[in-house]
Amino acid sequence: MTRVSVKVDGTNYEDEVEPRLLLIHYLRDRLGLTGTPVGCDTSNCGACTVDLDGESVKSCSVLAVQADGGEVTTVQGLAGEDGEWTGLQRAFHERHALQCGYCTPGMIMAARDLLRDNPTPTSDEVRHALEGNLCRCTGYQNIVRAVLAASGQEVGT
Amino acid sequence: MIPPAFEYARPADVDEAVRALADAGEEAKVLAGGQSLLPLLRLRLAFPELVVDVGRIAELRGVREDGDSLVIGAMTTHHDVIRDPLVRRHAGLLAAATATVADPAVRHRGTLGGSLAHADPAGDLPAVVLAMDGELVAQGPAGRRTIPARQFFVDYLQSALEPDELLVEVRLPKTDGWGFHYEKFHRVAQAWAIVGVAALVRRDNGRVAEARVGLTNMGTTPLRATATEEALAGAGDADAVARAAESAAVATQPSRDTSASPEYRAHLARVLAKRAVLAAAGMG
Repeated sequence: MTRVSVKVDGTNYEDEVEPRLLLIHYLRDRLGLTGTPVGCDTSNCGACTVDLDGESVKSCSVLAVQADGGEVTTVQGLAGEDGEWTGLQRAFHERHALQCGYCTPGMIMAARDLLRDNPTPTSDEVRHALEGNLCRCTGYQNIVRAVLAASGQEVGT
Repeated sequence: MIPPAFEYARPADVDEAVRALADAGEEAKVLAGGQSLLPLLRLRLAFPELVVDVGRIAELRGVREDGDSLVIGAMTTHHDVIRDPLVRRHAGLLAAATATVADPAVRHRGTLGGSLAHADPAGDLPAVVLAMDGELVAQGPAGRRTIPARQFFVDYLQSALEPDELLVEVRLPKTDGWGFHYEKFHRVAQAWAIVGVAALVRRDNGRVAEARVGLTNMGTTPLRATATEEALAGAGDADAVARAAESAAVATQPSRDTSASPEYRAHLARVLAKRAVLAAAGMG
């Protein structure tokens, strides 16, 4: 067992973990943060995307011990203390950027990473930034529109 | 999917990492960014007794100049390579090809050295470093040695690194003034290249003075399209480039898998070589 100290969504945790424990399993099974789903389990789909020390990562491809000393933000840590959504979350809601919703946490975390780097991306840049995130409901059109709307850009419906 | 159990070491510097590798013999694996190793562990295709995590070794990160060479720390992430001003200025082919690797989240974690040491012929960067005539610097218990890229890639997923050696840096001759392009064909944006072609072209008076062409996924290792390189010398127009590209698959042994037959891969190599060289030569 290896000792890890991680800050997740603003709360500090100290745990003993097996080195082989994946970050996604640590978040879900140990911390109960089930807002981040396991999708493909093969680093293809991006559903498990979280933010680690300021960068988006696929949490199925990071060991919990690699996050030791780090700061993780999941989709559950985005809303304000009063539960108020961020503009990006609101845009996903308003633009109907989800159908089954399984890819949504990863889409939001990947889009958040893009907007931090590039606050007013083009439609093409949004698509490239989300290339590691799969939506099997084929809802990409509205996802792209939501990200553009969240960046304050007018988009058609 | 849950990886098999392993012991975990997180050395603070290169010497400590090399000692950990030497003590473990052949049962250790180096964990760099983990974007290839962790999927292998999850799929239970690798069973190391010890994983040596070199992610906290600061001396392995960063880019510096050394005369006519650019020296890139093995743990420099793809994300940092793409944005590094020195890489963009002196090794444009590497920056361009790295931008096509996987997706942003993977590029945040994955590293140049990890990608090269993994020695997957379908990886984009081995063919790029081969085309750039790069050198790989490894550190072992006896010290450092420099391995030319042409000798580094030994076989499928097999590099010239000894079990007790750590890849510490990649040295690339500066290619200021060379045209470059990486052209890859893949089914979806983040998938492995079915075939990729890395082209570097130095022009003189409108003609190709020198060309270097690296091939991704055309054998068990990255390859140079030597016949095409020789045929390109003196090429002055798009037709001459197209003729030279016809020999891009000569002396290759592409694999057969669910994506492509060897014949189709050979066809792709010819087509992509033409596109890559035309773009690199500014004739496209």
